[in-house]
Amino acid sequence: MTTTIATTPSMSAATPWIRRIPLVVVLMLIPMAAINLVAFILPVARLAMISFIESRSGGVLTDTFTLENYIDFFTDSFSVELISNSLLLGFIVTLATLICAYPIALFLHRVSPRWRNFLFVITISPLLVSSVVRTYGWMVLLGDQGVVNGLLMSAGIIQTPVRLVNNSLGVYIGMVEVLIPYMALSLIAGFGRLDMVFEEAAASLGANSWTRFRRVILPLTMPGIALGCLLCFVLAISSFITPKLLGGGRVFLLATEIYDQAVIQLEWPSAAATSVIVLIIFGLALALYSRVVKRFD
Amino acid sequence: MIGRMSLPFRMLVALLYIFLLAPILIVLPLSFSNDAYLTFPPQSWGLRWYAAMFRHQGLMEALWVSLGVAATVTILGLAAGVPAAFAIRRYEFTGRDFILNLFTAPLLLPSIVLGLAILLVFVQARLLGTYTGLVIAHLIVTTPYVIRIMLTAFSTLPPSVEEAATMLGAPPFTVFRRVTLPLMMPGFVASAALSFLLSFDEVVISLFITGPRMRTLPVEIFDYVESQTDPMTAAVSVVLVVATLLIIFLIERTLGLSKTVGKS
Repeated sequence: MTTTIATTPSMSAATPWIRRIPLVVVLMLIPMAAINLVAFILPVARLAMISFIESRSGGVLTDTFTLENYIDFFTDSFSVELISNSLLLGFIVTLATLICAYPIALFLHRVSPRWRNFLFVITISPLLVSSVVRTYGWMVLLGDQGVVNGLLMSAGIIQTPVRLVNNSLGVYIGMVEVLIPYMALSLIAGFGRLDMVFEEAAASLGANSWTRFRRVILPLTMPGIALGCLLCFVLAISSFITPKLLGGGRVFLLATEIYDQAVIQLEWPSAAATSVIVLIIFGLALALYSRVVKRFD
Repeated sequence: MIGRMSLPFRMLVALLYIFLLAPILIVLPLSFSNDAYLTFPPQSWGLRWYAAMFRHQGLMEALWVSLGVAATVTILGLAAGVPAAFAIRRYEFTGRDFILNLFTAPLLLPSIVLGLAILLVFVQARLLGTYTGLVIAHLIVTTPYVIRIMLTAFSTLPPSVEEAATMLGAPPFTVFRRVTLPLMMPGFVASAALSFLLSFDEVVISLFITGPRMRTLPVEIFDYVESQTDPMTAAVSVVLVVATLLIIFLIERTLGLSKTVGKS
């Protein structure tokens, strides 16, 4: 393995294209190129190839190329359910995350600089806590014997525990919390154009606070909203840890299916085909994003 | 009056912060539970689960694996990423943008897809469940961040500063030691800290490529959370959160967090 890493880039140094690059640059790029080749280019190429390979049970790969994995995927009603579940999760979670993160971002934009730095760190600090830990926290909070059910029961609002985990609701709640920092970061990055002067101008022309929000603040912050929504959508439909743990094996999504197919059923060609489908959805989301952004520029 | 934040708005933001931090804060009291199973609030208090954590052999082995992998990934990631970022920032050459996009592209790929893709290659290369395999897989996660951070760091260092030192008679090594290195330090520290944390926390790709012989700490915790719900995970979580906070605090104290992430 070591020899492959060392020789592959230097072999390509013989090609005319690479000759125009100074030797010192080639030397500086080689280690990074080797990592990229072994852990990114080769794996992605192999993933694409294996998605077209005929599968046998037990992880045995044949040499026969076929479209069967894709045909199987689209003719199976379960796969259609997986796609609709994932898309629904993506849309609902993105919208809910936007609604939760927008006030936070607006607050951070307006609060005095002394508080802003502190609260900014607080807002992004969950990113540094393992998603397994945060999901475990939600299991504690939302479980049948959990904190939320305990509070609701002792307050007399409910008599028996409400089911908040091991279903879609639990996954939605956990996902929104996991994604708020990403959304808040994108929104803050896009809030640069939001100047108090515009609001003052609108107010002096007689606009009330709702009109000011709808006609001034919202349009100015649209680029940040679009970026945050794209980011959260792609993270939501590809997330695995939170749906797996909070879904309790009862929530079926594309991401959980990839893992089950690959690690439990050892159906690598099917898993590879499902992965390619996820990447296609990614591409579509990105295309939609660039259209939206063009309109606001 | 404009831009002044009303009380209901402040309360809404406070509620949202509670929602955001609740799952992290809840594990603290829970970790001091002495109950045999998960109840909240705990019936009895104590350090039982902290003791259990240190006696749990699988967990302790996984901790050492994770620390070792994260340290190796940090060193190798800087060794590969810093020269690459320097070459991209300082030299004009054919395909420079392509190279940069290629090196940062792994960021765009979802971990679940990248994990499967790496599994498919590693199973052939016999790298599944090995230390080398884990290091290579984690490097592809951390190096895009190293390159991004170092690109920013190198662009804040204009060549004229080094030229000035050279003109004043400083030999090349002195220029490097007295000018380049100190100015690069925040970038190095930020890259190293982020690499270590990313590798130490990485779970999705690791789930695909760890075997029964070699498991990382997040994989071990994931399996534990999936199979049983007792307060031990809370104790582990608290230790991890405190360790992370400590690293952040040290960086903030020495360099300023906002400066190192390149955000004002």
